[in-house]
Amino acid sequence: MAQIASDFIVKIRHLQKSFGANRVLDGVDLDVHKGEVVVIIGPSGSGKTTLLRCINLLETYDGGSIQVDGVEVGFREGPGGKRHLRSDRDLAGIRANIGMVFQLFNLFPHLTARENVMLGLRKVRKRSAADAKQIAEQWLSRVGLGDKFDSLPGQLSGGQQQRVGIARAVAMDPKVLLLDEITSALDPELVGEVLTVVQELAKDGMTMIVVTHEMTFARDVGTRIVFMDGGRIQIEGTPREVLGRTDHERLRTFLARIEVKHH
Amino acid sequence: MQFAIQSLPFLWQGLFVTLQVSALVVVFSLAAGIVLGVGIVYGPRWLYWPIRLYSDFFRGIPLLVLIFFMYYGLPAFKVNLSNFAAVILALSAFKTAHVIEVTRGAIQSIHLGQTEAGKAIGLTFGQRLLYVIAPQAIRRFLPPWINAVVDTVKGSALVSLVGIVDLMLAIQQVIGRTYTPMPLYVLGALIYFSINYSLSMASRVLEARFAHIRE
Repeated sequence: MAQIASDFIVKIRHLQKSFGANRVLDGVDLDVHKGEVVVIIGPSGSGKTTLLRCINLLETYDGGSIQVDGVEVGFREGPGGKRHLRSDRDLAGIRANIGMVFQLFNLFPHLTARENVMLGLRKVRKRSAADAKQIAEQWLSRVGLGDKFDSLPGQLSGGQQQRVGIARAVAMDPKVLLLDEITSALDPELVGEVLTVVQELAKDGMTMIVVTHEMTFARDVGTRIVFMDGGRIQIEGTPREVLGRTDHERLRTFLARIEVKHH
Repeated sequence: MQFAIQSLPFLWQGLFVTLQVSALVVVFSLAAGIVLGVGIVYGPRWLYWPIRLYSDFFRGIPLLVLIFFMYYGLPAFKVNLSNFAAVILALSAFKTAHVIEVTRGAIQSIHLGQTEAGKAIGLTFGQRLLYVIAPQAIRRFLPPWINAVVDTVKGSALVSLVGIVDLMLAIQQVIGRTYTPMPLYVLGALIYFSINYSLSMASRVLEARFAHIRE
């Protein structure tokens, strides 16, 4: 029966995407299982951020397929297998189950930390005000912001803002969490506090797809590393397998460059 | 001076008409301008161009020409409007074009990341507009919009030219009877000024109210 449903949370097949003449994604296949932390690395322009943004359709894709929890994200199939773009309402329902944390936080500046987390719970999950408040405060406390419920984003440090961003995403209880270079805009001394939170989420079994340049994080928290270049996945495997490979020219160049930047 | 005081009830009626015209135009242009402004930002291409054309056209012709067209011109097309309806239509059409641009500017000043964050937590288009975009855009919307309202009150004096007895025409009629232009024009200027000055003050209070919203 339904038991045969696989434990794939995300299933990407032959994904293609171009910006004009520039082919950014050139046939990407990727499966993400429940509880996995897949870390995508690669030089800028390799398509990793675009890939991530396709998963909750912040970018549309031209060809191939992305399924999240068994549902095709980018389109619905009409009569005769014809592809139709999904309606706004349809997409909202799908996106509600896909959490995303942004490089530039993108907190709602007119709402307090608590209200930022509550908005989706109230309007999308239709929780009561009391419920939403309780869940929001619980998550904010978990990310170490138990004393910042009423702060506006403008009153918080970058690291604190990003932790609100994480709380806002996970409070929705998503099937998968997408992290898009979430420490790139932070001062170096604030990176740790954010990554610690992510590490704890991973420990609790949250399924995550992470685009990052933090190799230490990739090695310690990632269950799998995917190296992208030129719109394709070049290598994937456990952190030990991927980071241990010295025979792959492009990977070696990339890692060397990262190394230089960080020391 | 005595005449001026005696004429006050008559001027009062004119003032009432001025306020009535202004209020109707502000309400109509606000409603239409916001809807069309949202349409021009988020709507499909086939919606964009007509709105763009409308906005550019109506901002590009003098208000007086528009009033005359609605009152003296439309009858040629078998549309006969009362002078009151004609000026309300002309002023509203004119102001709507401004509100479209104010709305567009206010929405586009909001970082795209805000829309993406709203999408990412599963908000629908209407919810994003209502809970994410509008509360932030209002800070950018208010100052130019209040200017537009002030402009409307001043511009409403043109309705006197098609025989509507607003404050302006009331003043002129009193002058016609009393031959005392100076005190009456000064009085008229003071009334217009006090309306618009209170609007500016209200605008400042409102702006301060929304000042805490920072990107």
